[in-house]
Amino acid sequence: MYPREFEYVSASSLTEACQMLADNPGAKVMSGGMSLIPMMKLRLLSPELVVDIGGIDGLGSISDNGDHISIGALVTHADVAGSSVVAEHATALGQAASMTGDVQVRNRGTLCGAVAHADLAGDAPVAVLALGATMVAQSIRGSREIAAADFFVDTLTSALEADEILAEIRVPKRAGSSAYDKLGRRGGQTDYAVAAVAAYVEMVDGSVADCTVALTGVGTKPALAAGVMEALRGSSGDSDAIAAAASRATEGVTLLEDLYGSEAYKGHLAEVFTRRAVSAAVAG
Amino acid sequence: MAATTSALGGVVKRSEDPALVQGLGYYTDDVNPPGTLHAAFVRSPYAKAKILSIDTSGAMAVDGVRAVYVGSDVESLGPLPAQVAVRPRPLMPTASVAFAGEAVAMVVATSRAIAEDGAEAVRVDYEEQTPTVRLKDARDGDTLVHDDAENNMVISWEAGPFGDAEAIAATKATIQAAKDRDDTVSVSLEMVNQRLIPVAIEPRSVIAEWHKGYRKFRVHTSSQIASAVAGAIAKVFDLPNSSVHATAPEVGGGFGVKLNVYPDEILVCYASQQLEAPVKYTESRREAAVNSIQGRGWVATATMTGTRDGKILGYELDGIADMGAYTQNFTAAIPFLGLFIGSGQYTMPTHWKIDCVLTNTMVTDAYRGAGRPEAEYYLERIVDAFAREIGVDPADVRRMNFFEKFQDVVTPIGFQMDTGDYAMNMDALLEKVDYEGLKAERDAMQAEGRLVGLGLSTYVEVCGFGPSGLVDLGFSWSEYNLPSAFNGSGLLKVTPDGKATMAIGTGPSGQGHQTTWAQIISSQTGIVMDDINIEVGDSKSSPEAIGSFGSRSLAVDGSAAFEASVKVVEKAAKIAGHLLEASAEDIRFADGAAHVAGSADKSVTWAEIAKTAYQPHLLPEGMEGGLEAFAVFSPGNATWPFGTQMAMVEVDPDTGDVELLKFWTMDDCGNVISPMIATGQVHGGVAQGIGQALFEEAIYDDAGNLLTASLMDYLLPTAASLPSFDTDHTVTETHVNPLGAKGIGEAGTIGSAQTVVNAVVDAVASLGVKHIDMPLRSRRVWEAMNEAKGA
Amino acid sequence: MEISLSVNGQSVKGEVEPRTLLVHFIREQLRLTGTHVGCETSYCGACTIHVDGKAVKSCAMLAVQANGSNITTIEGMADGDNLHPVQEGFWERHGLQCGFCTPGMIMSSAALIAENPDPSEEEIRHGIEGNLCRCTGYHNIVKAVEYAAATSRGETPPPAEWENS
Repeated sequence: MYPREFEYVSASSLTEACQMLADNPGAKVMSGGMSLIPMMKLRLLSPELVVDIGGIDGLGSISDNGDHISIGALVTHADVAGSSVVAEHATALGQAASMTGDVQVRNRGTLCGAVAHADLAGDAPVAVLALGATMVAQSIRGSREIAAADFFVDTLTSALEADEILAEIRVPKRAGSSAYDKLGRRGGQTDYAVAAVAAYVEMVDGSVADCTVALTGVGTKPALAAGVMEALRGSSGDSDAIAAAASRATEGVTLLEDLYGSEAYKGHLAEVFTRRAVSAAVAG
Repeated sequence: MAATTSALGGVVKRSEDPALVQGLGYYTDDVNPPGTLHAAFVRSPYAKAKILSIDTSGAMAVDGVRAVYVGSDVESLGPLPAQVAVRPRPLMPTASVAFAGEAVAMVVATSRAIAEDGAEAVRVDYEEQTPTVRLKDARDGDTLVHDDAENNMVISWEAGPFGDAEAIAATKATIQAAKDRDDTVSVSLEMVNQRLIPVAIEPRSVIAEWHKGYRKFRVHTSSQIASAVAGAIAKVFDLPNSSVHATAPEVGGGFGVKLNVYPDEILVCYASQQLEAPVKYTESRREAAVNSIQGRGWVATATMTGTRDGKILGYELDGIADMGAYTQNFTAAIPFLGLFIGSGQYTMPTHWKIDCVLTNTMVTDAYRGAGRPEAEYYLERIVDAFAREIGVDPADVRRMNFFEKFQDVVTPIGFQMDTGDYAMNMDALLEKVDYEGLKAERDAMQAEGRLVGLGLSTYVEVCGFGPSGLVDLGFSWSEYNLPSAFNGSGLLKVTPDGKATMAIGTGPSGQGHQTTWAQIISSQTGIVMDDINIEVGDSKSSPEAIGSFGSRSLAVDGSAAFEASVKVVEKAAKIAGHLLEASAEDIRFADGAAHVAGSADKSVTWAEIAKTAYQPHLLPEGMEGGLEAFAVFSPGNATWPFGTQMAMVEVDPDTGDVELLKFWTMDDCGNVISPMIATGQVHGGVAQGIGQALFEEAIYDDAGNLLTASLMDYLLPTAASLPSFDTDHTVTETHVNPLGAKGIGEAGTIGSAQTVVNAVVDAVASLGVKHIDMPLRSRRVWEAMNEAKGA
Repeated sequence: MEISLSVNGQSVKGEVEPRTLLVHFIREQLRLTGTHVGCETSYCGACTIHVDGKAVKSCAMLAVQANGSNITTIEGMADGDNLHPVQEGFWERHGLQCGFCTPGMIMSSAALIAENPDPSEEEIRHGIEGNLCRCTGYHNIVKAVEYAAATSRGETPPPAEWENS
């Protein structure tokens, strides 16, 4: 299977890449290509121009910037999974990265690329959501910040404009703990998510001071579990409280049946994995 | 990098491996003569439709496209040759398509990428029709798969015993009488044995080159049956077989998907002839899914009747098997292979009936096990359900109903089995795993609320085909210009340098034939293994060969290798005796030479014997020159291996996720020639059965679209989803071949799916679950648990 | 477009279309046919090679993306007649049957051992889960990797199962 013909440019700077996107409305940006290339081979997607940002210097590092962790556009899943600063301050993200694809995919695929792809069953998007990350989008019009909660618009659709590149993800270093748990298509925690949940919980004096819970795999897009968050905030965070909160996992979520689960099963898994991820985050 | 010599039964590192581990193996897609053109196909998006028009002008306008062919261009070549051609498949249809993915046009271009561009530019107008996709609709409904047919039936296979209507009626009456008794229990389950995609990791590939001056085709194809492909091409193009030289180089997995002749193998020949250039087609994974044969696809109801203490008084199977849209090589015969072992290892009266129906889906045919996994699945699931119903240990029920140790016994289905000792084999496994201890372990974990289950199953299968008389049942290789027989064959030639070459009729795809045949020849001739060259998968060196399938290569062709070796040794002994001035009876062959028994210093090497053999004036009076022997081995019966398997699983009560904790096997395939290779076959076979049990399913929607055409959605087992296996074996020799060996290629697959399902049902039986249809993905298990709780 | 890169220690140049996949460049232009194609959705792993020391799937990478990189394919693993320890392990422990997945499997296994010289069975199984094998059930592949890891550490590998029976 070969892609249709297209033009290719390897950008030497983000500025140059943004200019090319602005000048070519049919263009697509590529970092690792793990999502884009298979779709192009199946001819499901056929951009006229591919703007490769993979060769741009300075986008491949994870840095600890005091109040947040900055993850550049070319940081791979393997980098994220192996990062000690991510493991310490953004546990759910490290776990999600380690459960993404397989070794080879993690070696090439980038966190920013996966988040921008906004797959409805992707691992990284929910971790980013639960951790309250900020997306930094760049274009010739400048740079703008998009809150994770506003980023995932629909299936394979993010808040990025066609001429914007997701240049950086900033994950705030917060006081609480986070966790990610998942059921994969082959069972266990590998492969695409049948259902997965990322949870961030901050306990103060024996009660939940803050929490964010996000679901993937069960609905039309990675989404916050608003009902769970409402129920959990201010609760004791014990197993009864978690179970009660988890029972509201699918509130506001448009469940989507697929080959791996009916709506009823997806809803049930949302509850189970909310319980598991929140419990793990509370245990911190 | 030398392999070591070993006698039969020893462990020998494979001679195939040094090339393969260095990436220096030679597969069909690696064959690239200069000027090769590439084919791509335009495939129907509809499962059933009339072809109104095909406009190829867009494709012809693509720079680099050399030709576009449609059905009418090749109609005169006739349909695809097939052994049991009830509904032959056209090379390309002219008027209507019968499954989604059926090719309606072939584009040939200077590169594969351009060929794909061209295929995209072909415009086809279809009139969509209502397809028939579901098995019960196909048999009992009123829609037709092909509008020109009266119904969708291909054949109905019935036994109890096979081929005797009166006896069948009597068997049915006997079983009914058992059901009517007050002291008996009947257990009945309708179960689906889902359709599978074989997924050899190497996609099929074929390249053909027409040599116009010599009027000959040179073909490389990823096939288990190169000589049959050559014969089919010869037949279609009206050439002598010798004008088609087909070679299967390294074949990257077969499992039955390459035990077939495909339209593309004929069509690249046609294009090569038309364009006078080599033409290649390598299928994509998506094409492999929609256009190469699939396996299984049965829905059937199994019913078992017996007494409360476990004596089985009757077994009935009544179901439907999916043929897909056409009949290819063996299609309609696959359920018949299941019928062979319909009553399994048991003595009970059996009535077995499977209706074979067409559907508007890709054709089914032999996939590892081919009919036998289905037959054993139904039988061993219902034995398990029966044992559970009456509260007797499933091992005890089996033991109570097994044939006792036998030689040449006729089954309730009507076929004669060679040898068996079933209770011995099952007890060997039970003892090895400490069955009572395992059950206690399971019970303790269940008591803690953990859903842990143990699954046991036993199997008998039939393989090593022959006997030659199988052709009387309608199997015929003559459709490919081959002898209508199930033989093995081999030509062993000792060349003047004293080294040996054997041309043998097998078509391996990873089974280590080069090593094993060399082992057999070495053990008989004393020629060291490094000096033995094996030629397989080639229509020129073995024009009579029917290739590798049905776990038959060792039992049948291996026996031919053995017999040819014996013949060569006979002659070589005479020559050696002549040279050493000793009697031929006193000659012993070992370490590359002939020795005189009792005279350590008197020996002559194979090189010296061979050199003499090719100089007739040096030979004993009256002896012909040369040193070679051809053997055709025609077995008197198939072989009937058997075995026992056990699985331990744990089900996540929250999600239904199944974890396979342990898996044990105790196979009995008679004598084992290469324990390393035989065990490897068991590992791979078991993994495919577990794949069916837990992960794999070819899912068609109601419109006949295959929803699982990529490896993203057709879930194969990965390394992370399987445990290590604990394998062992018992030995019950067969007398139907000189090696005493049965087959082991499919045993693992034939036994394992039901072993896993039995274990999962055991794990959740306390919740009231009686059965879950495969694949046991978390969703299905959770739904079954929920349903049982609600009931 | 012209690309230049290092393949198995040798500098190579090539002229490719943007849509040429790296695996096709390697197989068709460099004629290194040990790297195989088993699917188009980057699932099977038969096309696994090392790019700048990391295992990647060459069917999911454009040839132009490899411009300037350092590539090792299966043909570059052996040192003359001396097999790489992972190649040796696959031969010794019957870690292959048809051999089609084997090059990719070996490349993934070699990358795994380079990062983790003493992997557990679970780590091996997860390390190669991006490589599908239909023949072996993975059992002997795991044993092959254990063999290679042990010999790479300078230790004697555990005996083969068939040596115990």
